Amino acid sequence: MRLRRGPTLSAYVWLTVAGIYFLLPLFATFLFSLNKNSTGKCCTVASYTWVIHNGDFWHTLKISLLLAVETIVVSLLLFVPTIYWVHLKLPRLRPVIAFLALIPFVVPPIIMVIGLLKVYKGSPDWFYAKPWGFLVASYVILAFPYTFFSLDAGFRSIDVHTLTEASQSLGASWGTTLFKVILPNIRAAALSAAFLTLAVVLGEFTIANLSAFHTFPLFLQYVNETQAYPAAALTLMSFGLTWGAMLSLLLVGRKRGGSGGVFGGAR
Amino acid sequence: MAYLELQNLHRDFGTVKALNGIDISLGEGEFLSLLGPSGCGKTTALRLVAGFDRPNRGSIVVDGKDVTNVAPSKRDMGMVFQAYSLFPNMTARQNVEFGLRIRGRDKADRGKRVGDLLELVGLGHAADRYPHQLSGGMQQRVALARALAIEPRVLLLDEPLSALDAKVRVQLREEIRRIQLELGITTLYVTHDQEEALAVSDHVAVMYGGVIEQMGAPAEMYTAPATPFVAEFIGTMNRLEATVTDGSQGDVEHAGMRLRVDAARGRRNGERVLVLIRPESLELEAATNGAAPNAFAGEVLTQTFLGPVTRLKVSGSGTNLIADMSTARAAALPVGARVIAKIPSEGAKLLSLPDDGPGLPVLDPDDQ
Repeated sequence: MRLRRGPTLSAYVWLTVAGIYFLLPLFATFLFSLNKNSTGKCCTVASYTWVIHNGDFWHTLKISLLLAVETIVVSLLLFVPTIYWVHLKLPRLRPVIAFLALIPFVVPPIIMVIGLLKVYKGSPDWFYAKPWGFLVASYVILAFPYTFFSLDAGFRSIDVHTLTEASQSLGASWGTTLFKVILPNIRAAALSAAFLTLAVVLGEFTIANLSAFHTFPLFLQYVNETQAYPAAALTLMSFGLTWGAMLSLLLVGRKRGGSGGVFGGAR
Repeated sequence: MAYLELQNLHRDFGTVKALNGIDISLGEGEFLSLLGPSGCGKTTALRLVAGFDRPNRGSIVVDGKDVTNVAPSKRDMGMVFQAYSLFPNMTARQNVEFGLRIRGRDKADRGKRVGDLLELVGLGHAADRYPHQLSGGMQQRVALARALAIEPRVLLLDEPLSALDAKVRVQLREEIRRIQLELGITTLYVTHDQEEALAVSDHVAVMYGGVIEQMGAPAEMYTAPATPFVAEFIGTMNRLEATVTDGSQGDVEHAGMRLRVDAARGRRNGERVLVLIRPESLELEAATNGAAPNAFAGEVLTQTFLGPVTRLKVSGSGTNLIADMSTARAAALPVGARVIAKIPSEGAKLLSLPDDGPGLPVLDPDDQ
């Protein structure tokens, strides 16, 4: 019998290559962001100071984060019960929904936004003229594939029928079953859906731009076009902010004990 | 007076009749096993009682009240499932407590009842473990405690032991029976394992094709099967298709051989019958030159060691027979030995076969 050894040399080589591939651009961006605006040479944190003291930065960031939270809440409220019901009562509908979920991948955002603007034209101002209405509706559609496939993997990893029937035989209503039994066991899948939705919303440019809403990606684009070094600083900061937001979601969603279902489909 | 009644229950799935008019009447505190092969309708019947499905016709009555259209959450039926059904996000204690919380029982009351039940199933020490930290047997014990916690009117068990290994299965079935007797709870148990059903039940109902073939006490089911199917399904049985040749003497003819069977006395001459002989009732001995009455001559085809007994398969005169004998005696009759198998005239049972009816039911070996 061969004894299992530690990582081989080739593993270290590939890890190093992957590390360079991912970290080198970040490091180069970081070095670039430290350059002085006047001389173009190293080193100053002025670009970071400029970003932090810029009112538009905080304003657009706040809008994008609120949009992300709203999109996550609407998506989960809409899709958790739907996918639960499909798994429980209408399993033959699952491939149809999976197909529908692929459409936002196939249709380019520019086509989608034109279509959505036409569809919602004439809807009340509180919806059409506000990011909290129109943009969230669009983002729910845009994030649908990520939400569906994450939740679907979560539901497939548990025995939905048996857990539901066990809960009901003990006297639980549908609501209690969903919130006390099912939801805690697909928590990781719901978190996964939330992470992906957050990343989609924080990075979405086309729909916000064409529908004339000023969100964080638009501010990023504006700075990128006008100021090179602060743009690099902003890029790194937005990178860190996205990861920070995901980490916050993870900490909020974490709970002691239990198996917690799946994370993105893998048990 | 009957406590649980299933009255003329029918359930169709498209063109398939999963249940075709079953009637069951069970007294309070009694233990009934629904026994049958896969697809016989036993789980369908249990799910109708639990309320997870609705019958096309018929009714379910518990303690005099019709519950046919009552939601499962309102039926007060404790259920243990075949699949592991503990809520993965809750500890053993929280699982058992779940039904009591739903019922709004106060904390002290809940704590005491959960503690008592976990002790009852022998898992007081594992109360704070999550399901993934428990073995399969432990999980089913917790599931049993959880089902009992709500003080159900009827306890339903859907093949709760089928995923467990043989030793744990035997231990747990004895515990289920002990607890059932201790609490005096009316219990409906579904299984395809005849040994399990015979070991723990007050009554056994053998199902086949959506109907109950026979219902009775375990000993009665074993010693006096009422249909060819039950004879085949409960235990191992030698079955000889024969024709009554002399009803006054109890003589029948099978494969050209004349046999005397007490149970055939008074039968009409020419009647088609099925002679049933348990393997332990057959007597095997080494063949001698003289022909023995009421016996087949044959050759030992196989020997299967079963511990205290050895099962021999004997073939001869166009008939295959199975005989169980002590392992010590079986050593004298190795494979290939010529033997005679004596049919006990008083030990054999007889069932009528329709004169032009279908052949005997054929069972999947896995279901036996």
